[in-house]
Amino acid sequence: MNRLESAFANKPIFMPYFPLGYPDLETSVDAIEALAQNGADLIEVGLSFSDPLADGPMIQQATQIALEKGITVRKSLKAVKELRRRGVEIPLILMGYYNPMLAYGLEKFVHDATEAGADGFIIPDLPMEEAEEFQSMLIAGRVDGDGSRYATNATQSPPSYRDQMNAVEAPLIRMLAPTSSPERMEMIARNAQGFIYLVSVTGITGERKSLAEGLGGLIAQVREHTSAPVCVGFGISTPEQAREVGRLADGVIVGSACVKAIGGSENPVEAAREFARSFADALK
Amino acid sequence: MTTTLLSSKFGPYGGQFVPETLMPALIELEEAFVSARADVKFQKEFNKLMASFVGRPTPLTYAKRLSEKLGGAQIYLKREDLAHTGAHKINNALGQALLVKRMGKRRIVAETGAGQHGVASATAAALLGLDCVVYMGVVDIARQEPNVFRMKLLGAEVRPVTSGTQTLKDAINEAIRDWVTNVRDTHYLLGSALGPHPYPTIVREFQSVIGMEAREQILMEVGRLPDTVIACVGGGSNAIGVFSGFVNDESVELIGVEAGGSGIESGKHAARFGDPSKGRVGVIHGTRTYVLQDEDGQIAETHSVSAGLDYAAVGPEHAFLRDTERAFYTSATDEEALSAFQTLCHTEGIIPALESSHAVAEALKRAPKMRKDQVILVNLSGRGDKDLNTVIKELSER
Repeated sequence: MNRLESAFANKPIFMPYFPLGYPDLETSVDAIEALAQNGADLIEVGLSFSDPLADGPMIQQATQIALEKGITVRKSLKAVKELRRRGVEIPLILMGYYNPMLAYGLEKFVHDATEAGADGFIIPDLPMEEAEEFQSMLIAGRVDGDGSRYATNATQSPPSYRDQMNAVEAPLIRMLAPTSSPERMEMIARNAQGFIYLVSVTGITGERKSLAEGLGGLIAQVREHTSAPVCVGFGISTPEQAREVGRLADGVIVGSACVKAIGGSENPVEAAREFARSFADALK
Repeated sequence: MTTTLLSSKFGPYGGQFVPETLMPALIELEEAFVSARADVKFQKEFNKLMASFVGRPTPLTYAKRLSEKLGGAQIYLKREDLAHTGAHKINNALGQALLVKRMGKRRIVAETGAGQHGVASATAAALLGLDCVVYMGVVDIARQEPNVFRMKLLGAEVRPVTSGTQTLKDAINEAIRDWVTNVRDTHYLLGSALGPHPYPTIVREFQSVIGMEAREQILMEVGRLPDTVIACVGGGSNAIGVFSGFVNDESVELIGVEAGGSGIESGKHAARFGDPSKGRVGVIHGTRTYVLQDEDGQIAETHSVSAGLDYAAVGPEHAFLRDTERAFYTSATDEEALSAFQTLCHTEGIIPALESSHAVAEALKRAPKMRKDQVILVNLSGRGDKDLNTVIKELSER
């Protein structure tokens, strides 16, 4: 079992998002470490982009500040390595837009990210139609030892979920939306690796007062096509909402609210601890 | 993998790099477009509006005094500045607005830089009874004030964009964010040959009327094809529109003119093809194309005196035309454009848009080096009334 599989042993799991470099690089690493130590089961580590078109104001502002403070892909990957050095053992999924990865060089990016300790990738502007290029860069199954494990690429989607988990070391997490047609849902869910990121509302990231209607039905629809865990994100901001979603989903993703709680605090690390505990408790 | 009805790529460029939430809307749009294209009734309606509302065909004007002054090639102007609302943008705005009706949606969002596409969208929305929200960077709002007022008069809501560089790029981000939130009843009326498939194809198709008319007109007037066709290239919709009429005529040289801003070496420009240090293939706003960016893949700030060319990426089909050397791309600086602007005012009694002035500037460079029996066709994509404030300010500072 790899890190990603083990993370889903006790469902539902708590999956906060936090961007590296906000409010500054050091604080973001400390905050992510604190989230990990206080109940986060998996962390979406944000890579900043100048034009985050799927994000609401909170994450836009945070990543903008991170860029102004000089965050880069290279520094972000170094920070992931640092988190591993500090003993963070939960899965770290890199979430970022496609262009900075292209600029870094896709093959090198996947290689360096995996080597740094990333367990997967979420790329909001890479739908299934365009994913093949990235998918072909992913590194075939975990082989203990050295660089030899980077020798082969997984090019074809293997038949079952279990096989798929073994097929690539750090998968590309597929996203589904409420607007996805039944055909797309089937096609995307069938090829899912790691987990499914189900966008709960039509829209951008950010807090919502109430949860999306029909979420239960949507999740049930996805489950018809895959045994991969289904995690729900976009618009979840309170432990109460998380608990509600946790009754239906395998994982609860909290982004903007996490960024707000930590970034807006005078003591970000303490805020991260409290934030993680409150959500982890709600999901117990 | 699913396949699109039409090809989503131009060689390695183009594609659909958008969040999953939007994919179904792109598929729906493509279906509506493909069925509309084959529908005689739709074509009739579109053509009728082009004639009775837009005022097409727009004239072809022989720039006699300008040609004589330069002493070389004969210069002809395709007068998109005389289309209703003052620029070519209306062709695409009306075409897409008709598609919106066909899809049963009732709200459009649009981005605008110079304000021309915003005005065109607001106009199409008023004509067809659609709700219209236009996103515009506050920097552009300041320099294109008359157009902001026009949009409001036409019943559109203009939402100022304060994120990022506060120009066209950020207006597109906000329009996409609105679209992704309201996608079920809202259409994104994208104004240039940019963005995810099928937009670059749809926009080219609706703008191809420029090239079709111009080809016919110049054959009538001169009796032969032009040697050179010149158009300015921001996103590249007027250029792709006029190029499409001549792309199969091998003898016709196609020239796109990017915004050279303060000069390529200054770093302050919007020349995606002209500056290899920053202009590299990347993905922005749903498409793979040449993008001005830094080493880390962050989209670069751009500069141009003309808001409509002030954008970091170029339409994907232009990237393909350039790779295949079917079209060539160059740039004109702010200064060259301003000078061409004045020249055309003085010699022809035409006030061109600052965007179009970039194409005129290239004609001024080329014509004297050509023979008198040669012909240059310049696509005069818009009129310059909207730019008077900018020009007055720029000229008083020089």
